[in-house]
Amino acid sequence: MPHDHSDHPHALLPPDPALRVKALETILTEKGLIDPAALEEIIDTYQNRIGPQNGARVVAKAWNDPDFKAALLADAGPVLAELGYYGRQGEHMVVVENTPVLHNMVVCTLCSCYPWPLLGIPPGWYKSDAYRARAVREPRKVLAEFGVTLPKEAAVRVWDSTAEVRYLVLPMRPEGAEDLSEAELAALVTRDSMIGTGLAKVPGEAPA
Amino acid sequence: MTRVHDMGGRFGDGPVQPEAEDAPVFAEDWHARALAVTLACGALGQWNIDTSRHAREKLPPKDYTRFSYYEKWISALADLLVEKGVLTRDDLQGKGAAGLHALAERALKAENVAGALAKGGPADRVGGSAPRFSPGQAVRTRIPADNSLVDGGHTRLPQYAAGVPGYILRLHGTHVLPDSNAHGLGEAPEPLYAVRFFSRALWAHPEHPDDEVVLDLWQSYLEPL
Repeated sequence: MPHDHSDHPHALLPPDPALRVKALETILTEKGLIDPAALEEIIDTYQNRIGPQNGARVVAKAWNDPDFKAALLADAGPVLAELGYYGRQGEHMVVVENTPVLHNMVVCTLCSCYPWPLLGIPPGWYKSDAYRARAVREPRKVLAEFGVTLPKEAAVRVWDSTAEVRYLVLPMRPEGAEDLSEAELAALVTRDSMIGTGLAKVPGEAPA
Repeated sequence: MTRVHDMGGRFGDGPVQPEAEDAPVFAEDWHARALAVTLACGALGQWNIDTSRHAREKLPPKDYTRFSYYEKWISALADLLVEKGVLTRDDLQGKGAAGLHALAERALKAENVAGALAKGGPADRVGGSAPRFSPGQAVRTRIPADNSLVDGGHTRLPQYAAGVPGYILRLHGTHVLPDSNAHGLGEAPEPLYAVRFFSRALWAHPEHPDDEVVLDLWQSYLEPL
């Protein structure tokens, strides 16, 4: 394409991104290299079946069951696999616990690594240049952009996901959640609280 | 020297724009299709995850910077399909040979999607070199951050963490080395560690004296201190 300053093969496809995807999909389908029904299945999986509700269930269970929490923090892999949370982009899971003196936050500065079986496909901001560039250097300013202010005594530990290990933050259990069922607790657990850019909701708080 | 994707610590990107928790998983229909086509092509078995990451990193910096997320995916996929000989440049222009491809029998079928996604692609391996470091030990990352095997090659040591002292936090096990695996040089598994760095060792103006950044780093990225 004359206006694509590149001799990379991708420049041979239409420049409009939607048309670029469509063109490549059509070529691959005609050659039998991809099956349109398989594409629908992949999309349905990540659009409707796998998402942060999985991680929220794990967090609620950890809040409710000290033995489960201890096992989860010691070696998350087998514990999560037993609940059915294993698979692509979640093969090597580590769960890190927030406390009054330590706030964990996860980023992937080099690409967009994220625990798919527990949180699904990452939101746009997680994959943005601004988050990737700034989370490691000024996490507190980034947190402020999410409306989160930490107490002075809390250290921030940012996990840059540079390998195939995927991190899930176990947020602090909010005050006033003592008598709630696991399902009610799960409703307090936001996606952002499991990435570390948010806190769990307090009971009665309006939905995010 | 590093590539355009290695942006940790960079200045000038402006504020992060949080999205609602219930925002659509795919903002546009073509985002979903880009992801699905990329995953389905991966199932053809012509490359590994490190190769596909490197394909995105190898996009010309001008393209990488102006492309949106899934534009990077689909463009790098097109490049990779040609680089690996699956498609030709003629194919991309609609002038290629008609008919089924020799790899068509490997195409991912709908009934196998759930199994393939559930199976994943674990990166841990048995064997490889013995762990040289133990939790608590002081280490320093290598500098420069370049791939030591291939000039301009793939590596997972970000530039901001090159030549910095830190502490071993945990041993994850023995994992495939991306620096080798991305380039067809074998999996070369090595011990992989979570390494803790004080922000004040990484940045001239840290936000808080106790803040830390943890990176997952392979043994050959580290030297004892």
